[in-house]
Amino acid sequence: MSVLVYIDTADGHVKKSSLEVLTYGAKVAEQLGTSVEGVVLGTTTEDLSALGKYGVKKIHHVANEALNNFDAQVFTKVIAQAAEASGATVIVFSNNLSGKAIAPRLSVRLKAGLVSGAVALPDTSNGFTVKKNVFSGKAFANIAVSTQVKIIALNPNAYQTIAGEGTAEVVALNAAVDAAKIKVTNVTKASGEVPLAEADVVVSAGRGLKGPENWGMVEELAKLLHAATACSRPVADAHWRPHNEHVGQTGVAIAPNLYIAIGISGAIQHLAGVNRSKVIVVINKDPEAPFFKAADYGIVGDAFEIIPKFTAAIKKLKGVA
Amino acid sequence: MKILVCISKTPDTTAKIAFTDNNTKFDVNGVQWIINPYDEWYALVRAIELKEKDAATIIHLVTVGAADAEPIIRKALALGGDEAIRVNADSHDSFYIASQIAEVAKQGGYDLVLTGKETIDYNGSSIGGMVAELLDLPYVSLATKFELAGTKATITREIEGGEETNEVELPVVVSAQKGMAEARIPNMRGIMAARTKPLKVVEPITVEALTAVAGFGLPPAKAGVKLVDAENVEELVRLLHEEAKAI
Repeated sequence: MSVLVYIDTADGHVKKSSLEVLTYGAKVAEQLGTSVEGVVLGTTTEDLSALGKYGVKKIHHVANEALNNFDAQVFTKVIAQAAEASGATVIVFSNNLSGKAIAPRLSVRLKAGLVSGAVALPDTSNGFTVKKNVFSGKAFANIAVSTQVKIIALNPNAYQTIAGEGTAEVVALNAAVDAAKIKVTNVTKASGEVPLAEADVVVSAGRGLKGPENWGMVEELAKLLHAATACSRPVADAHWRPHNEHVGQTGVAIAPNLYIAIGISGAIQHLAGVNRSKVIVVINKDPEAPFFKAADYGIVGDAFEIIPKFTAAIKKLKGVA
Repeated sequence: MKILVCISKTPDTTAKIAFTDNNTKFDVNGVQWIINPYDEWYALVRAIELKEKDAATIIHLVTVGAADAEPIIRKALALGGDEAIRVNADSHDSFYIASQIAEVAKQGGYDLVLTGKETIDYNGSSIGGMVAELLDLPYVSLATKFELAGTKATITREIEGGEETNEVELPVVVSAQKGMAEARIPNMRGIMAARTKPLKVVEPITVEALTAVAGFGLPPAKAGVKLVDAENVEELVRLLHEEAKAI
């Protein structure tokens, strides 16, 4: 018996969300009186044994180059073999892009009940129930899983990473790897920017900024805070900003520690994508903007006056000129 | 080319979220129902665009639900699609629903199964992956573009901080999100035509659900916004640093 954590990587590096699920998995294992193991697919340049500080005792590494490209069908079969090797009764994924592609497949393959979008540790006092967000963050549901093997896909930023001491034993898993049916022909990444879904801080702006030429100050603020930039739907629809920056009901749903919304009124569709943020700051010149009702902190004022002052004040705090 | 588009009925985005029966059931009182936006705007509209390019394309829609799902499936037919199949079952968990869709897909022999990236009620993002595994087909999730040349699909999907282009031979299961197509409104001709399009009702296969909702709840209300004067922006930075510990 064990808890198995899928350690997601990108370009051979362990993703930040993987550290969250490792910490979470270790806690679940503690609850169940068992140990946590991990599985890594593909080759990596990182020292996997160092992940032991997040509580993982043993890592199954399938260091097969064929797994450096993602194909959910192939990955599912390999993770199923790792689940068997580790005798996993609970399998944990991050509910990130890879998790969303693999976890449902693995659920079918292992006939294991899946809770996707989990936001808390399981309640094992009476059966096995896991809290998840539903209705786009407007409510939660407790999902009871009755199958022998259970799969949890944990929402990014829902569980805090805790690093302690320890080293993991890394063992090579010689798994059968099918030929991928999906061929990856091109990858484009915005270099140097913080990926939106994983960002701790997000600086977002809306129509209040009046035009794409005014985004310089948003980008400056974001850079200062090591934040990702985002935007509202009208801004993406007007092509002021790329579509992948659109947060909201029909765009990306995010849950950063800090969400700063500038010149966004806060339509219900927008709130649905950001209401899981821990702290929300709203800057809007309209005191009646609905976003203020969902905010923790707010300033009623003109973005073009507030943002430079805000940036200057943060520079002062951080001691940068 | 034969496409199956999965359609789900969801509460309108602005619907009031409340629960009944000791917080075990969603309160449907006064709720307006819509086609799940991801299913409609991205999956269905992209299928219609493919049919506009190649008239030989056949589009079937599938939904799993009781008779009260029919207005939604008719509305989807008004946008486009040749016929619809309703699996006559109350919704259970995503495994149950995916199993019903996979059964329909097996019967129909489709080249492409399209779903929205998630429903806006349960936010599971699971149906596409489950259907793909049940059919033992490749799955491209969270796709933003889908192009077809013969039997080869070129699909762009989101990855963290960027995008990736995938090539895959049909048949394939794809979940669609923003970028895939532009939202459309049904026109009068479509609405009239939808009335006479075939809507088949089939009975569900026997499947045990893997999970069940034990209860619902609402998140605690926000304490209320703390407003800072526009002349005192430094105070906001102080609060974020010292009180919220967010920067």
